[in-house]
Amino acid sequence: MMEDLAFIGQIAVKSSIAVLLATLGEIVAERSGVLNLGVEGMMLVGALCGVAAGVATGNPVIAAAAGALAGGLLALVHGFFAITLRVNQVLSGLALTILGMGMTSFVGRPLIGTPPGVRLRALPIPGLADIPVIGDILFRQSALAYLAYILVPLCWFVLFRTGTGLKIRAAGEDAAAVDAAGIDVNRIRYGCTFVGGLGAGLAGAYLSLSYTPGWKESMTGGQGWVAIAMVIFATWNPLRAVIGAFLFGGLTALQFYFQAVGIELIPAYILKMLPYVLTIVVMIVVNAGMGRRRFSGPAALGIPFSREG
Amino acid sequence: MGWRIEKRPAVSARMPGWVFPASFGFAIAVGACIFAVLGVNPLTAYGVMLKGAFGSFFHFSEVIVRAIPLMLTGLAVALAATMLLWNIGCEGQLVWGGICAAGAGLFLAPHLPPFLVLPVTIAAGAAGGALWALIPGVLKAFLAVNEILSSLLLNYIAIIVMEHLYFGPWRNPEGYGFPGTAQLAEAARIPHFFGTRIHLGLVLALILAVVLFAALRYSRWGYRVRAIGLNPQAARYAGFRIKGQIIGVMLLSGALAGLAGMAEVSGIHFRLQQGLAVGYGYDGIIVAWLARLNPLAVPIVALLLGTLIVGGEQLQAVLHLPASISMVLEAVLLFGLLLSEALARYRLVRRPAAKDAPTTQGEAPS
Repeated sequence: MMEDLAFIGQIAVKSSIAVLLATLGEIVAERSGVLNLGVEGMMLVGALCGVAAGVATGNPVIAAAAGALAGGLLALVHGFFAITLRVNQVLSGLALTILGMGMTSFVGRPLIGTPPGVRLRALPIPGLADIPVIGDILFRQSALAYLAYILVPLCWFVLFRTGTGLKIRAAGEDAAAVDAAGIDVNRIRYGCTFVGGLGAGLAGAYLSLSYTPGWKESMTGGQGWVAIAMVIFATWNPLRAVIGAFLFGGLTALQFYFQAVGIELIPAYILKMLPYVLTIVVMIVVNAGMGRRRFSGPAALGIPFSREG
Repeated sequence: MGWRIEKRPAVSARMPGWVFPASFGFAIAVGACIFAVLGVNPLTAYGVMLKGAFGSFFHFSEVIVRAIPLMLTGLAVALAATMLLWNIGCEGQLVWGGICAAGAGLFLAPHLPPFLVLPVTIAAGAAGGALWALIPGVLKAFLAVNEILSSLLLNYIAIIVMEHLYFGPWRNPEGYGFPGTAQLAEAARIPHFFGTRIHLGLVLALILAVVLFAALRYSRWGYRVRAIGLNPQAARYAGFRIKGQIIGVMLLSGALAGLAGMAEVSGIHFRLQQGLAVGYGYDGIIVAWLARLNPLAVPIVALLLGTLIVGGEQLQAVLHLPASISMVLEAVLLFGLLLSEALARYRLVRRPAAKDAPTTQGEAPS
């Protein structure tokens, strides 16, 4: 029983890291007032670039960094359209996702089926990994999972306990006031959009270097969209992002568990759709149950800033 | 310099006529760069695409075949967007349209008089899409759940259901293990024209485009849709029942996308199988916005995107470039539209010669 629990828990954490990284990135971007629906596209580009860089260099750090950077650079395209040109952010984000899907399908074809060059295998942390159950669940993961553990409190700290975080949140709430205080709103937003892209790119690289090593077309399977929904569930708070991501990972793990154990209690196709159903249910719960006083998103989310008014 | 860029005094709803050609030009230019980077002469590549799309009557008929589902999903997105609703779930609604049409054609048809088979199949397709769109509609109307995310996530669920059906309970027992249902009977297939794959869906889409245009412009329902789209707050004060309106529009939008799926199953594949969910639902978003949400412009833009898709496949066949180049070009086309619209907010004016006032911020139209 304990072994099963450790097994499910370990896979649950493993399956939640990509959503977690992408959610963290999107929280930062949205806190500054930029809605980027291109997460799915940025994740795909990150996944592909991670594999490509891994094949080219054989260096896992470079591979992961390349994935993150690719996501960040793609996010700047959205930044240019959303911040500088002040176009409709929903459309620009959708265009970014379509661009990412098309580009990776186009460029990635020769890489399908090739080994990823590097693999980020589970890296047990000496000492911590030997704690019963918890050690198996949390501390026998890949390096990127540990990075995610660090990034959660770090994001929270920067957003809620530093001057930079205050500026970011203010830019997302009342851009004109930030501008009046002599702070460059658009610079903050560009920075946060870039960080959001880094998160999505890293999430993609996690998928292609660690979770299911190798490149496969559309390998993100909607996790980018799940991440955007989880931002709402987390009420734009990095700490709460952990819960949403873990729920998603938990249902994915349950799917593996039922397959491995061979219990045919729940048909496979029902299990397969559960993570998506959960994500919708989670949005319903947030909107329906939690009362009106909860934080319902940055006030200036999706609204471009211009002094001309 | 005697010129400067200034903001247009009023943002008018009508964009200048050059916006669409400019976005198209932008896409062609970026596409040319991509081809050049790949070491393919852009002229050769575009030549192959054009020849593939317009080289013969048969080739052009294939463009129309691709344009039919794009027209329907384009109309679906445009209708919802007119009321500020983002229906990103057309792909899933299309899939459900296909599932229900196949279900009706396979399992209901034997129990129906022949003349009823086709109408029931068509209606089942529309109903399937409508009911799937009802979910994000109800969630939006009563719980203010973001319809972009809910409708999109439902796409993945719809595809899982469809795959389950044709891999599992609906799989053709005589299909040699090939995933897919049995073929639909003749009576459940929509008619074809000119000895090509062009089918009744074209007539349906064109009629619906005109009807939707007229309904939005001249009916009281259309007036309410447009009023809510322009100013939801004011519409609420005016006493419009916004919730009912949201649900109604989502039902209709889903029905349009469902018809696209029905037409693919009953007019192209003749069975439920892989290749139904190939992105027409997502392409509908691009069609709708390039058409500036005008139902009458949707068929024209759909033809354009159909050209792109068929041309992309020709690139794969002739030059061995992946057909997904057409997806890249679609995204660039959408970015081009956003870029031109942003530029259209400014205009070039002759500056009084005397002072050299600083130029206003903004991008110069080149």
